[in-house]
Amino acid sequence: MLYYILRRILQMVPVIIGVTLILFMLIYMIPEDPASLILQKGATEQALANLRAKMGIDRPLHIQYLRYMGNLVRGDLGTSYRYRRPVSSILADYYPNSIRLALAAIIIEIFVGIITGIIAAVKRYSFWDTLVTVSTTLAVCVPVFWLGMIFQNIFGLRLGWLPISGMGDGSLRYYIMPAFTLASVSLAYVARITRSSMLETMSNDYITTAFAKGLSPGMVIGKHALKNAMIPVVTLVGLNLGTLMGGAVLTETVFNWPGVGRAIYHAILERDTPVVIGGTLVLVMIFLILNLIIDIVYAYLDPRIRFDRRESRV
Amino acid sequence: MNEKLLEVRDLKTHFFTPDGVVKAVDGVSFILNKKEVLGIVGETGSGKSVTALSILNLIPQPFGRIVGGRIMFDGVDIAGLGQKQIQKYRGNRISMVFQDPAASLNPVYTVGNQIMESIMIHQKIDKRSARKKAMRLLDMVGIPEPQRRLNSYPHQFSGGMRQRVMIAMALANSPSILIADEPTTALDVTIQAQILELMVDVMNKTGSSIILITHDLGVVAKYADKVMVMYGGKPVEFSDIDKIFYEPLHPYTNGLMGSIARLDSKKKDRLTTIDGSPPSLIDLPPGCIFYPRCKYRMEGCARSYPRFKEVKPGHHVACHRHAEFLKEEADG
Amino acid sequence: MYERVYKLQNAISGEPGNKYSRSSLYKDAWRRLTRNRLAIIGLSIIAALIFISLFSPFLATHDPTLRVKEDSLKPPGSQYWFGTDILGRDIYSRVIYGSRISMLVGIVAVGISLLIGLGMGAVAGYFGGFSDALIMRIADIFFAFPYILGAIAIMAVLGPGIVNIFVAIGILGWAHFARLFRSSILSIKNKEYIEAARALGASNFRIIIKHIFPNSFAPIIVFGTMNVGTAIIVEAALSFLGLGVQPPAPAWGQMLSESMRYINTAPWMMFFPGMAIVFTVLGFVLFGDGLRDAFDPRMK
Repeated sequence: MLYYILRRILQMVPVIIGVTLILFMLIYMIPEDPASLILQKGATEQALANLRAKMGIDRPLHIQYLRYMGNLVRGDLGTSYRYRRPVSSILADYYPNSIRLALAAIIIEIFVGIITGIIAAVKRYSFWDTLVTVSTTLAVCVPVFWLGMIFQNIFGLRLGWLPISGMGDGSLRYYIMPAFTLASVSLAYVARITRSSMLETMSNDYITTAFAKGLSPGMVIGKHALKNAMIPVVTLVGLNLGTLMGGAVLTETVFNWPGVGRAIYHAILERDTPVVIGGTLVLVMIFLILNLIIDIVYAYLDPRIRFDRRESRV
Repeated sequence: MNEKLLEVRDLKTHFFTPDGVVKAVDGVSFILNKKEVLGIVGETGSGKSVTALSILNLIPQPFGRIVGGRIMFDGVDIAGLGQKQIQKYRGNRISMVFQDPAASLNPVYTVGNQIMESIMIHQKIDKRSARKKAMRLLDMVGIPEPQRRLNSYPHQFSGGMRQRVMIAMALANSPSILIADEPTTALDVTIQAQILELMVDVMNKTGSSIILITHDLGVVAKYADKVMVMYGGKPVEFSDIDKIFYEPLHPYTNGLMGSIARLDSKKKDRLTTIDGSPPSLIDLPPGCIFYPRCKYRMEGCARSYPRFKEVKPGHHVACHRHAEFLKEEADG
Repeated sequence: MYERVYKLQNAISGEPGNKYSRSSLYKDAWRRLTRNRLAIIGLSIIAALIFISLFSPFLATHDPTLRVKEDSLKPPGSQYWFGTDILGRDIYSRVIYGSRISMLVGIVAVGISLLIGLGMGAVAGYFGGFSDALIMRIADIFFAFPYILGAIAIMAVLGPGIVNIFVAIGILGWAHFARLFRSSILSIKNKEYIEAARALGASNFRIIIKHIFPNSFAPIIVFGTMNVGTAIIVEAALSFLGLGVQPPAPAWGQMLSESMRYINTAPWMMFFPGMAIVFTVLGFVLFGDGLRDAFDPRMK
């Protein structure tokens, strides 16, 4: 088990290197000069050159990259061009807000998604099943930012139940709309896969065995079907984390949420390279670590999986 | 000795599918006595498995439904029981062993967990004694190191061992009837005999009855006391084992007997086969269901379905020409 | 248990189980597709959209970029069916013309993903070994990369514009196709008929094009169809963030971005473009779902 986790962590290294490399190359291609962003207009050519040399951005790409990676190993993510602060401290400002929002969204996604999926499967062909199928199909077609705006219009403006945007004092009320918006697409997928996975599981022979033992339908569903049916759901939740974090940029923009997605988006527009790379890197690492956790949950659900033999999921 | 335990009368289980009504079981009747082994024989799709599932009302939902008939067990018509009441019978008074032990055990729970579950839902005992009991059951069905094996998952057992686990689970509450639905079909030939011996052995000890569903006539010949032959969802013949094998009255049974190799056969008959294939059970024509494949068919056979009735003490058959066959038999 | 009924029916009706030949697979799929009401609705939506985008000039009632100062923020009515925006432009005509951008981006971008993905997947699956490991690790990187952020970064580098949107969405989407194609190659690579083709001296390229591709066509076409919907949403998101198609061209996402400040005063500004996106994506999703069910009825 420990060996497996260590190996998985080692496997992350090439992914992290790849992500940083791609980001580096992308940003290297931007024609603008970071030095001129920092210094005001009308700075002398000499001053610009000095600054470039000091920042190390006059060096070739591979030297810059190696230097960055060297710093990264020591935990240094560099300094923001715009704010002249360490990237790590900027990220520390924004990340907690994003993580809290993402957690709220994941909780909604898992609970609401799984429960509606189970109801649809158990009451197959009923009104509820149709309702779940129709609404989940629609949900994946709705752009999150539009959904957010609709929520704002209805619950914020017309009904006045919830604050329209921002984090306010950070109380729960402020989380409800953005979290549901962020969760919407993933929630729909979770509900659909739970439904189809439940239906498939219910067709297995061991479910007939469970009924033949004299178990009540509730026990058959709750004990024998649910655990088996959750296996593909867990995979999906893991894969969805990326969508969730990507969707955060849009949700945070619509709701004016002081999160990391919006921070990275602004950093991209402002050519604030260190913030872009550092922020994205942390996102990718969170994604990878969460996936590792998902794999461990997976093994708990399915005893047939043994860590020593498995490569990766899919 | 001949104490009636289960009487199924005119059982009808139909599936209401989008493509039409499938009469999977249509008018099945039989009697199972105490300490008896009843074999139900038939081809794939003949309705023998659905008959077994109907007894405990385990028919696949939402299409399947028992639409008629009675299943008398212990003075109660268990076909008419509600969900809550039938649960008290399932796995307790009547239990089942299925065809594919690999698929019939839940892969994500330990074997011990699954056996104990069976015990604890029907008996009011604590976890520790349930565990002890589960261990004794595993020991009884011949699984070595039962104490340790309780913590194993189904995938850690071989096919034969898994079926032993299924049997242990079925026996957990000392049922009066064990329904075994092709219990050895999915197993190696070498293991098949062991499993059947085990079942019959244990049931002899506890004095219970077995309903053995199979398409293997050799197995029936060896273990069954009585046989019901099914074809196209309908019973065609039901009698003692000897009568079915040596004095069959239905052309289908006759054909079946011809299609097995018998070691004790004195005549040097060639193995015969039945031409054609089993019928589709949707939109059946009105006549005898075996008509298209029957060697002895007459004109009248296509018009009405012959009633399944007792033509000789203890011998039921559904054939328009049974009287002639009976006479032939009497004439030698 | 439904599986049991299914098996039961098959056993009873004597239908062959899974022994379909390829041509009957497609014939069967087509039959099931045309019987599927939702798939037909999806197909109709797609057809309608193609029609709208081809004949926008005839369907529009106004010039989509024409500003009429005195008609700013008019609610929907007989003159402006969907109302006007802050600059007095007709929203109905802008939505009609916007379909061109969305359809174009959806189809071209997915086409690019498909080409890259099939190429990479073919190399990885067919040749295996080092090239497989390398390509799949690169695919992992693309999976781990937050999709929208990646698109934003690429757009920031390339600059806004419709061609750059093709490239950004196209590049980001290839990994799924590659993985899909690779796994279907792996599953049929060692089948007898491939061995036979190889024994007869067919070249690798020929084997992939002639034998493997037609057999892995079904899952790829299903995923491709659904992916068009995703691409349209991503384009809308990029335009919403100001990185996509530039004004005054009428892109739906960009119209939504403009409507943000008038959620209260002019909700029609956000309502109609949003509905247009939803219907377009719905068309592709329904049709994709229908295709999947048609190719593999058991998945339903």
